[in-house]
Amino acid sequence: MAGRLITLPAPRGPLSERLFEALEGEPDSGLEAPPVVESSDPIADEDLQLALYVAYELHYTAIDGVDERWEWAPTLVAFRAALERPFEEAVAELVQPANEEELASVGAALQRIVAEDPGPPLSRYMETQGTLEQMHEHVVHRSAYQLKEADPHSWAIPRLSPVPKAALLEVQADEYGGGDSKRMHSVLFAKTMAALRLDPTYGHYLDRLPGVTLATVNLISSFGMHRRRRGALVGHLAGFEMTSSIPNRRYGNALRRLGLGREATHFYDEHVEADAVHENIAAWDLAGGLAADEPAVAADILFGARALLQVEARWATLLMDAWQRGESSLRSPLAVATA
Amino acid sequence: MENDSNRSSRATITPYPDGPYLVRGDFVVRDQEGNELPVERRTIALCRCGKSQMRPFCDGTHKLIGFEAPSGQEPWPGD
Repeated sequence: MAGRLITLPAPRGPLSERLFEALEGEPDSGLEAPPVVESSDPIADEDLQLALYVAYELHYTAIDGVDERWEWAPTLVAFRAALERPFEEAVAELVQPANEEELASVGAALQRIVAEDPGPPLSRYMETQGTLEQMHEHVVHRSAYQLKEADPHSWAIPRLSPVPKAALLEVQADEYGGGDSKRMHSVLFAKTMAALRLDPTYGHYLDRLPGVTLATVNLISSFGMHRRRRGALVGHLAGFEMTSSIPNRRYGNALRRLGLGREATHFYDEHVEADAVHENIAAWDLAGGLAADEPAVAADILFGARALLQVEARWATLLMDAWQRGESSLRSPLAVATA
Repeated sequence: MENDSNRSSRATITPYPDGPYLVRGDFVVRDQEGNELPVERRTIALCRCGKSQMRPFCDGTHKLIGFEAPSGQEPWPGD
């Protein structure tokens, strides 16, 4: 499999327009950061989220026609910071601060936090009544993250002390296939996409993804790009693993109900078993270990888990609402050969 | 919490709070007739709540049923 390469998507407003235009030229010129980025709803702002997504993608992938030196161009970093500010503030508004009791046992607090998932029952809906078209859409939304699954959390590795670092590596080694690239979770997801007759090329569906979907990925990247947010990044991973095994069993069941076979369900079935292991390591050894070694970031660990649940809830609501209206949840509907 | 057991030799079994048993190290899982169960990862989770749909392995169901158990040994009744 060749290295990642995406094409610049179509801009969705003045921010993404300005950024993409500059990226097509020489670094480091033609990009001036706006002093303030105004947005009434940064999490669902199409223009802001797309610009931020592409700014982060410079760290994950080659972009056709874009000089790779843009990744660390000072004007790009300044532009990205202007986009991150309103996003970070909007996420913080959704998250209630951790209390003393929670900080005393981060592992136990994480268990309580994920038990109160604020989102709608998307996986249950998919299991019992989701259509093949809706499953296609679900997979396309998720491709924004799953085709690089585990990569954003790997940014935490050099920033952790030995106990949480060993725990993170124990999880990540399994995410990356335990030495077998065919078992790598991102590779299994590509296999699911192909089985559903979707294009598994990294970044293929970017133009169709709503801002909220991009926000679910930008959230992890925003934690991953800043060492100061290592607590939030660890909390995000713990929350992710702790809310994975049961929904993934339901998604696998949804595909089986729709008549799809092992090629399509393998990714989901693998996650039931893997994340039943990972969630314990992530909550107690990784998050608990980090909180023990660095009490100062304990609150941010819980912030990361709560932020994940809140942004995921907005994303799940977008899907359920669109489907309830009988519409596509993507920016433009898919045309998938189902014969 | 430490999980740095010696991977190359002894197997260790760690009960996680309100969760499964995690098994690390050098181990095999066999049924009563001696048939080895397929294990695809270095660390596995064995069901402790009894309600998993893929026993003996954990599938996360303990979270749905409010399973509670400490990581260490439970005190004797009356202690």
